[in-house]
Amino acid sequence: MSTVWLIPALPLAGALLNIFFGKLIGRRAHWVAVPAVACAFLASCVAFARVWHGGSFTSSLFTWIVAGDFEASVIAYVDPLTGVMLLVVTGVGALIHLYSAGYMHDDAGYARYFAYLNLFVFSMVMLVLAGDFLVLYVFWEAVGLCSYLLIGFWYTRPAAAQAGKKAFIVNRVGDFGFGLGIMWLWTAVGALDYPTVFKSVATLAPPTATGIALLLFMGACGKSAQLPLHTWLPDAMEGPTPVSALIHAATMVTAGVYMVARSHALFERSGTALEVVAWVGVATAVFAATIGLVQTDIKRVLAYSTVSQLGYMFAAVGVGAYAAGIFHLVTHAFFKALLFLGAGSVIHGTGGEQDLRRMGGLSSRMVTTTITTTVGGLGLAGVPGLAGFFSKDEILAAVYHANRAMWALLLLGAFCTAFYTGRMLFLAFYSGPRMSKEAAHHVHESPPVMTLPLWILALLTVVTGVALGAPSDAGTRFARFLAGVFPIHEAPHGGSVAFMLMVLSVVVVAAGITLAWFMYMSTPVRPEAIGRPRTLVHAFLLNAWYVDRLYDAAIVRPLLALSGYLARAFDLGLIDGIVNGLGRAVVGWAAALRRVQTGYVVNYALTMLAGVVLFLAFLLSR
Amino acid sequence: MTPLAMPPVAIGPLAPVLIVLGAAGLVLLLDLLPRPVGRELIATVALAGLVGALLATLARWGKPGRAFQDMLVLDDFALFANVVICYAAALVVMLSIDYLGRNGPETGEYYALVLFSTGGMMLLAAAGDLIVLFLALELMSLSLYVLAGLFKRELAASEASMKYFILGAFATSFLLYGIALIYGATGTTNLDRIAAAAAGRAHDPLLVIGLGLLLVGFGFKISSVPFHMWAPDVYQGAPTSVTALIATGSKAAALAALIRVLVTALRGSQPDWAVLLWVVAAITMTVGNVVAIAQSNLKRLLAYSSIAHVGYMLIGVVAGGSAGPGAVLFYLLTYAFTTAGAFGVLTLCERAQAEAVEVGDYAGLARRHPVLAAALGLFLLSLVGIPPLAGFVGKFYLFAAAVRAGYLWLAVIGVVNSALAAYYYLRVVVFMYMREPEGAGARLVPSFAGGLALAIALIGIVLLGVIPAPFADLAQAAVAPLLR
Repeated sequence: MSTVWLIPALPLAGALLNIFFGKLIGRRAHWVAVPAVACAFLASCVAFARVWHGGSFTSSLFTWIVAGDFEASVIAYVDPLTGVMLLVVTGVGALIHLYSAGYMHDDAGYARYFAYLNLFVFSMVMLVLAGDFLVLYVFWEAVGLCSYLLIGFWYTRPAAAQAGKKAFIVNRVGDFGFGLGIMWLWTAVGALDYPTVFKSVATLAPPTATGIALLLFMGACGKSAQLPLHTWLPDAMEGPTPVSALIHAATMVTAGVYMVARSHALFERSGTALEVVAWVGVATAVFAATIGLVQTDIKRVLAYSTVSQLGYMFAAVGVGAYAAGIFHLVTHAFFKALLFLGAGSVIHGTGGEQDLRRMGGLSSRMVTTTITTTVGGLGLAGVPGLAGFFSKDEILAAVYHANRAMWALLLLGAFCTAFYTGRMLFLAFYSGPRMSKEAAHHVHESPPVMTLPLWILALLTVVTGVALGAPSDAGTRFARFLAGVFPIHEAPHGGSVAFMLMVLSVVVVAAGITLAWFMYMSTPVRPEAIGRPRTLVHAFLLNAWYVDRLYDAAIVRPLLALSGYLARAFDLGLIDGIVNGLGRAVVGWAAALRRVQTGYVVNYALTMLAGVVLFLAFLLSR
Repeated sequence: MTPLAMPPVAIGPLAPVLIVLGAAGLVLLLDLLPRPVGRELIATVALAGLVGALLATLARWGKPGRAFQDMLVLDDFALFANVVICYAAALVVMLSIDYLGRNGPETGEYYALVLFSTGGMMLLAAAGDLIVLFLALELMSLSLYVLAGLFKRELAASEASMKYFILGAFATSFLLYGIALIYGATGTTNLDRIAAAAAGRAHDPLLVIGLGLLLVGFGFKISSVPFHMWAPDVYQGAPTSVTALIATGSKAAALAALIRVLVTALRGSQPDWAVLLWVVAAITMTVGNVVAIAQSNLKRLLAYSSIAHVGYMLIGVVAGGSAGPGAVLFYLLTYAFTTAGAFGVLTLCERAQAEAVEVGDYAGLARRHPVLAAALGLFLLSLVGIPPLAGFVGKFYLFAAAVRAGYLWLAVIGVVNSALAAYYYLRVVVFMYMREPEGAGARLVPSFAGGLALAIALIGIVLLGVIPAPFADLAQAAVAPLLR
């Protein structure tokens, strides 16, 4: 008896319990939600152990309808890639659930929060377990729904409600393409389950493969916030911070990377599609990193950083270095969740302060948070020895051998990353305090229920890279583990080129952090000077390259005008005319038939008699 | 003269029916006691009888039995129908506790009649002989006629009862003629022996007329067009809890008997009755749905809706094979849960507001009683056939059976009708959720039994919708004994 079904079933049960009995459970909601995800993590470990030596297996989770040859069922497909994703989703998920018990403690919607969070873990686990594109699509939408619910969790705040709507709508654009891609795939291949699809992609004409792959990638762009559909993620920071950590950094937004890696056979059938993936990734990586340079809200810095890091992952899978991309996904899940939780701890400890300009000097008051967040930040920047260093280096090396221009851009991105990370850490923790006396008085360290996840994630950030990502001639350990899923495609290791590349990226990181040191540590910080556009470039970056304004002017407004016009002229007249006409015809018919029902028994009996005559006449005439 | 041999009395296959009838006798006795006992006690006894019958039925699953020289055939098919019938009756009893509390003191005879009628339904589903079929039908119908007119002081109830009785007698006479003609043609009333005798004589006029008259009689009981006209008047006039029983239990029993007769005794005439029922099914669902659109009384609306659902179920009868009747059995199960639940909400609302049966009375129900409104909403959505609720899966199996049997157009008509039906069901939902309530409604708190009944029905429609496969398999397995 396989235990795979437990992995989605436990969080689902937790969600249902908290939805239906939330009032009863109230403040004890975490006693339902945290164990549910923790046990799902244990079940994931069991599933992971089964694929430890490679190979894959399927497990029927649920059969809905069987009629003849037709069967609607949900099949889980587990291979090493699934195993890795399951561990990340349920592991990081369990830590963030635990953290939430402290962070959300005073919130009025405590049970509702945990219900949504459990529901998200369920959906995400199902997305990862899906054995075919249809189930993938269903849960692709389901995680989007959970994201919407959680961004707008504080729905009474207009900004949160607005951000939730924006995330949903922008994702719809990508999902539209994703849905089309799946439909096209079905018409082209005649099946949607992974083994059949990936076996038969070799027979697809390259243009068809390109079309399908690009449509699928459109969905990935939406979900993983890549250009040009990245605009929703920074706004999604209106949700509670643990949500940002879990959904908008560690798990859901990586679904796009996972999907492309999972469908690599399809993408490889079309060189064009892979190239597009790589270029979109590179462009997003640099684009978002430049915006991160000037943000003043600590969560927005991290949001743009997430967009940028996702770009690195896409760049990696785009050049065929799937294992490197997935490895960065894993390390990023650790250190970015850590950074968000650290930021949450800061927000918690300073009574809701998110503006870097009004922080500073927290290192003495919040020792644990400072240490762990610094570890996370250095991991993100790519300081040697930490997880981010190994995973980013792997990507840079792979890209270097594929395309020099891409490599140069990513190196520039790495510089920006190091700078904005250093800037954030210095401004928040190490520079002199800039908050009001009263606010400074209230600063306090977070409770152990919140700091424990910080410690664990910091530990993971330190050890994962060395343990799994150390390069060798036969590829990293992580890549060897995934060798059954992806053919090992690693840059040649060793030799002077690889060494030079590594030195160069270390130099770049050091330069970024040093520059941040000179700008924010060696001289006293003037908060009124930060976040004020001084030059055109600065203003450009502060407004996120004016993308939102561009969309508003080029798409939103014209669309609103057009739909307004259509609603008045076309819809009211033509469509409603037809629909209402049909409706009126049926209702008229109904009224006429109703009059037959006179209420007189004699009439009823006569009708029956007529029926008898008709019946017999019909039967005898045959 | 040879002594009349007493056939062995087989208690085993009769046990479920005997439990129900025994409980009915006990209820009557309790009612006769000089010191009146509480009506809760009487209801509890009735409920215990039904639950006992349900358990006895489940215990016999997979162990078919015949009794009284094949007059009773308690095979899996009958057992499946019994489960539906007992469940529906039990639900009605639970809902009646609240309902009768307001409406009248005649509790003893009420519960006894419900139980007698249930016993008749169970016998009807298990009848292996046309005589037993007729007797069971009468036991069921006579009890229902009285139940419909139970509230003697209400004019509508008396009228409903009278109409039901007169038209019912009219229809039964046709059924009896049909039985006589078939006996004349084949020399037997036993279903299996009729099949043997009728083999190769599908065009014997006696047999054909007998078949036609049988279909008339059954058509009345299941309220298919053109024998449906009693249904709206009776549904509206009868006490709502009785309406629930007529709509679920009696319909399930009659359909089960119809399938058994057609598939075993008259399988030779399938080309004839299949074509006839094709037309009847198409007209029945269309008339039911179209006229339902014009209704403003909720009980009447549900009456037409139930006519439409009979049309859907006839699709399965037409489709035949093993898939068709199996799909009908499964549909009966989903339909019993859904309809009994919907009428259950109605009885509760009626209790609170004297006469809450117009659609307008439900305006703003969601504001005042969110749980009741959500429950009724879910029942109505299941009746529309929205996944993942039971109604969708039931329709799916029916239409799939029709398509596979080659009746594509019948399935198309069914799907179009389902779309049409959405209009009037959703209109009620719109009223509940999007209209302001008129005046302050009374606070209503369902009793424990009523709440439990609704909860069971809700769990049922969700469960049947989400994991239908095991139940559908059971329904398919239940049909197998008929097809041998």
